[in-house]
Amino acid sequence: MYLARVVGNVVATIKHPFYEGRKLMLVQRLDLDHKPTSTYDVAVDDVQAGVGDFVLVFDEGTGARQILQAGNTAPVRAVIVGIVDETDICESS
Amino acid sequence: MKFAWVIGTLVSTRKAEGLEGVKFLIVQPLDERRLPSGEPYVAVDATRQAGLGELVFVVASREAALSLDESFVPVDAAIVGIVDDVHAPLLPEEE
Amino acid sequence: MQLAQVVGTVVATQKSQRLDGLKMLILRPFGLDGKLGSGYLVALDSVGAGLGEVVLYCTGSSARQTEATKDRPADAVIMAIVDTVEVGGDVKYQKGKT
Repeated sequence: MYLARVVGNVVATIKHPFYEGRKLMLVQRLDLDHKPTSTYDVAVDDVQAGVGDFVLVFDEGTGARQILQAGNTAPVRAVIVGIVDETDICESS
Repeated sequence: MKFAWVIGTLVSTRKAEGLEGVKFLIVQPLDERRLPSGEPYVAVDATRQAGLGELVFVVASREAALSLDESFVPVDAAIVGIVDDVHAPLLPEEE
Repeated sequence: MQLAQVVGTVVATQKSQRLDGLKMLILRPFGLDGKLGSGYLVALDSVGAGLGEVVLYCTGSSARQTEATKDRPADAVIMAIVDTVEVGGDVKYQKGKT
């Protein structure tokens, strides 16, 4: 899982049936200082996240299908699984 | 999933079992602002409706095969949707 | 999936038993400009590809999704032999033509 900022949403009419009725968000991955990195993803939203939210993104297929209760044949990997209130990072070295 | 532009097609007669009738497209990967980023690659079209010049989103790795009717196939990238619109108010403006 | 040209074969007598009976080929990345890219990789073959052919291969756990490579230590598998590649209306590669 990684931390990300929701920067937008994506609309598609023609899509795989699994994505019918699911909300797709554009997320930008953050580093530990919460600065945006150059990595992004289009993720399924499972927590009613909104643009600007600081979120936790799950990025693995088997787990994603469990979270979304999508059987074992859904073509999905990235899911927003939480809206983060805060992180606490212990500086070492 | 990542954004990509469909830039071409690929035809193959001899392919792994289970891939009969599957359409292969060549896509240019894009960054979050839909600007080209990285080298083109080949993806199967799970929407069956993607065409040249269209903005699509692609699911990668093992999950890609799950978008096809026959999912025990060696496929690591699949187009799963055609993008109508992206609203991204928090992305920095293009220079 | 990526495009590559088959440039060689690998023969290994002493290898993981789970690789027995599998053909290992050396691939060079094939660019859309028709030129070979830098680097190489060794892939298992599921379609009977031959030297000089342009092929399509896939990597990661997807490489184990063929009858030949199921439950085998495969991280790259050739899954198609390419006939034609067309980009933006131009034919970039056609089998049998150089």
